[in-house]
Amino acid sequence: MYVAEVVEEHHDRPERKRRLGILFWICVGWIGLNIIGAIFANVLPLENPLFQNYTAVNAGPSLHHLFGTDDLGRDIFARIVYGSRVSIEVSLGAMLIGFGLGAPLGMLAAYRRGKFDSILTAVMYVFLAFPAIIATIAVLSFWTPRSLLKIIIVVGIASVPLVYRVIRSATMNFASRDFVIAAKVQGATDRRILVKELLPNIAPVGVSFLLIGIATVVTLEGALAFLGLSVNPPTPSWGNMINESLSILQVNPWLAIFPSLAMCLFLLSLNFIGDRLRAHFEVSEAKL
Amino acid sequence: MLVGIVFIISVGAFYLIHLLPGDPAAVILGTGDTPENRARLFKELGLNKPILEQYFVWIKNVLRGNLGTSFISQTSVWSTIKAALPIDVEIIVLSQILAFAVAIPTAMISARKPDGPLDRLLGATSFTLLSIPSFVIIVLLVLFIAIKLGVPHTGVSSYVSLGQDWVVNLESLALPSFTLALGSFVVYYRVLRSDLIATLQEEYITMARSKGISQRRIMWRHAFRPSSVALLGTAGVNIGGLLAGGFIVQYLLSIPGLGYTLIQSIGLSDYLVVQGIVLVVSVGVILINFAFDLIINIVDPRISRE
Repeated sequence: MYVAEVVEEHHDRPERKRRLGILFWICVGWIGLNIIGAIFANVLPLENPLFQNYTAVNAGPSLHHLFGTDDLGRDIFARIVYGSRVSIEVSLGAMLIGFGLGAPLGMLAAYRRGKFDSILTAVMYVFLAFPAIIATIAVLSFWTPRSLLKIIIVVGIASVPLVYRVIRSATMNFASRDFVIAAKVQGATDRRILVKELLPNIAPVGVSFLLIGIATVVTLEGALAFLGLSVNPPTPSWGNMINESLSILQVNPWLAIFPSLAMCLFLLSLNFIGDRLRAHFEVSEAKL
Repeated sequence: MLVGIVFIISVGAFYLIHLLPGDPAAVILGTGDTPENRARLFKELGLNKPILEQYFVWIKNVLRGNLGTSFISQTSVWSTIKAALPIDVEIIVLSQILAFAVAIPTAMISARKPDGPLDRLLGATSFTLLSIPSFVIIVLLVLFIAIKLGVPHTGVSSYVSLGQDWVVNLESLALPSFTLALGSFVVYYRVLRSDLIATLQEEYITMARSKGISQRRIMWRHAFRPSSVALLGTAGVNIGGLLAGGFIVQYLLSIPGLGYTLIQSIGLSDYLVVQGIVLVVSVGVILINFAFDLIINIVDPRISRE
């Protein structure tokens, strides 16, 4: 019986490379919808997210206000759509900085090796040891007045060592492979090898990590909002909205539920896309 | 290495104030900016001396356990931290016990039949939980459970420490610990599951199976130990995020731990308290990471030999 079990278990090792599936495309669509909503928020037929309608305070969902209104009579649906701007801007901006600095440095370090690599890696690991979240909180607490740009800069710089580590180890996997050596023998320039040979190979790891990074920053924005460190009210953001809902949780639960739902669905889609892509390109989760 | 990192953290915490635009004295004093306070601050920190000397004055005080006296609440920063820290430690310890207690058996169940119905169910559950931030979980818990059932979510004044009355204390910390445990469980479950599946493919496991050793014994005695290295590594890294998550949960439930104190101090612009908490927490995270590295070396002696 045991032998049978052993054989069977070897047999049904699942094929990791699967088709992406319908759910994957639904998730992509959802993220796309969010991005379109964020870009065209002021063109879409939405109410002004800052308009306070005192005749409809803490109203439940209705045809007039799809998701209801908050304690100042502002339309929750409009605020969620506008709020997605903050999440998307902060996460894309921070990742632009993180990947813009971390990825080239990581690739170069893994390709060149030598002293450049060992010094840079040592420096990055020291920064990695420093709890990034605490550092972010510390800097943002006293760098006043707070603005979206400052949040992007702080979070982006905090992500550089993480990106560096992932990209460096991904590049290391390929840097001494035969096709790179072949390119070198043929006299290809370093730049050509990095861009044409190495970059396409590490792209799957990079994209997977990018998705995780975006999800992390969206969560972080929420966390910062609770600390009062996100964008200043009355600007809506998902984190700000959940935070504002706390004092009136019993009166108006919708104000907590809808932004939470928006954030969780966004994160779930990102995570699902990342998971499917990892399975498709056979990127192991442990590498990230 | 450890000493180096702690040194850099101390420089970072010290230099924080000078990185920011504006008059450092004004930032430190906040709303307590009176001529007397200003004079006291200059004397204590030597603000008119060169920056290197300022650092040595500061670090000497810190090493003696003197993190300064808040210019806003007029209490010593260290005593504030000392009162709040045990709460954070308790919440984290409780949540980690819970998380491991659930993650280890469920990961084993999943790994026994990968892609079986139980594995799929657990996988989908953990995947969904992965996408729900801890602050959303706590809001929903308060909304749907605490308010309806009347589970105590204490206020600051009614908080009871473990020594005073452990039943009431555990009751009030149940909700935050559970919330943090949920977040950790997901991560631990996923890491341990994929590791166990890989380990169970090894030849020595096949060997053990063919000898007729029971499934349970194979899991615990043969597969668990080699698979637990990545789990411990993840747990060490997870602690930093856990602390920050704990901060917000504390704030939402008005439990007067470090997080609650930190958020209040940010609101009051009480620089010295924020600086003290950042320093203590950062050093704490580093020490915990270091401790986990040591444990990993004990579990897998090959690592230290490399």
